[in-house]
Amino acid sequence: MARLLHVSSSPHLRTSDSIPKIMWTVVIALLPLCVFAVWLFGWYAALLIAICVATAVLTEGLMQKLRKQKLTLYDGSAVVMGILVACNLPPGISWWIPIIGTFVGMAIAKHCYGGLGYNIFNPALIARAFLLAAYPKDMTTWISPVDATTCATPLGILKERGPGELLSAYGGKLSLYKHLFIGNIPGCLGETSALLILAGGVFLLLRGIITWHIPLSYLATLALLTFLSGGDPIIALLAGGVMLGAWFMATDLVTSPFTRRGQVVFGIGCGLLTFLIRRFSGYPEGTSYAILLMNAATPLIDRYFPNRIYGTR
Amino acid sequence: MSVSTVKEVTKGFWEKNPVLVLALGLCPSLAVTTSVRNALGMGVSTIFVLTLSNVIIALIKGIVPSQIRIPCYIIVIATLVTIVDLVLAAYFPDISKAIGLFIKLIVVNCIILGRAEAFAAKNTAWRSLLDGIGMGIGFMIALVLIAAVREVLGANKLFGFTVFPGWRPIAVMVLAPGAFLTLGFLLGAKNLRMRT
Repeated sequence: MARLLHVSSSPHLRTSDSIPKIMWTVVIALLPLCVFAVWLFGWYAALLIAICVATAVLTEGLMQKLRKQKLTLYDGSAVVMGILVACNLPPGISWWIPIIGTFVGMAIAKHCYGGLGYNIFNPALIARAFLLAAYPKDMTTWISPVDATTCATPLGILKERGPGELLSAYGGKLSLYKHLFIGNIPGCLGETSALLILAGGVFLLLRGIITWHIPLSYLATLALLTFLSGGDPIIALLAGGVMLGAWFMATDLVTSPFTRRGQVVFGIGCGLLTFLIRRFSGYPEGTSYAILLMNAATPLIDRYFPNRIYGTR
Repeated sequence: MSVSTVKEVTKGFWEKNPVLVLALGLCPSLAVTTSVRNALGMGVSTIFVLTLSNVIIALIKGIVPSQIRIPCYIIVIATLVTIVDLVLAAYFPDISKAIGLFIKLIVVNCIILGRAEAFAAKNTAWRSLLDGIGMGIGFMIALVLIAAVREVLGANKLFGFTVFPGWRPIAVMVLAPGAFLTLGFLLGAKNLRMRT
């Protein structure tokens, strides 16, 4: 009888989406990248990914214990964060450095701000930014996937020695595009293969986890600005971390705007900042800083592009 | 010494700590705390200036017209700061080199003007002396706490000696972000202790 009288307030239609479902879908989308990283850079890459995931999960558990919250280690958000931190690491980095970064990202960037759903900045990118400031040399030493010697990334060559050198280093334009697209190039663990990132991104699109607005406006803005300034838009899109950033980092549900129009503004801002950092700063790549800066602007964007109230113009 | 005399000194150490509770003097707390040595230098300089300025201002408060009291306070403080600056430059040139700019900025340190306005202008010279000593020591405690965390994490050193042999420190902790992080966590810890 009590069951019959139970009246609940709206909404009465519920989606089957839940945090675990979303997060584990993202994990599936990231798995090909991890496998490719291990194939490209060897078993040490697997160790790095495992260290990041373990640190993320343990830190989340520790913080939730300290904050006397329910443990939500199975919802997968810590696993996603750990994998994303690993994807942002150079393959030859000492094993203990990612522990510091992941801990800072999880404990400070996520839990000090209130945990899942309250963080202003993407925790995985904070981990990267912190490590970049703490261990700048380790975070910018790249190893070649061919012979495991240290070398420069394509964007590094472009910044230091110009486009001509880059083309000759990879034996012509088409060969360079192919390398960048397939991903057998030096770079962070998860950023090298544009093909696999696109596959993961499209998978997330089809499952309805992300929408096309942020990645497309981000990549289109960057390509257009690069083209207008006389650069090669295809290299700009395929090289560096912008693919990974646009599909997996900028689309983070917590730190990006709610509405479609806001998301387009967010994406354009990311593209503009990435272009500015790559072109005019001392860094060869600016994806992570661009997304972090736009994370900070997200509350403002949400304010200026709110949801239209049903029935109003 | 009566209980209230002791209290006048010790209140600044912890429960009314100028940095951790009153949130005054944050600029030097962030800027000079790259090493414990610098923090001690800044702390001792501030204790000297704060104590003497409190006493002098308490003594002259009767003869200074209230409309121009702030310029008068600043002249007193600036005189004392100049003394400290010249003494440091003469006897501790390395500290002077590292934090000299911030020694000059003690003139506008809001702890000193704040205590002058809030305490010395309303109390006797004796009580102002006690307040100045207490607040100065409290400021130094906060500086040394922040500096110890930053020096160990950011340079793997304490008073210039290596702490963990073989460990590569987190360089960002001696830079500006490390100062903000450390101060934030200290304020959080202090609030947590005050609440319970």
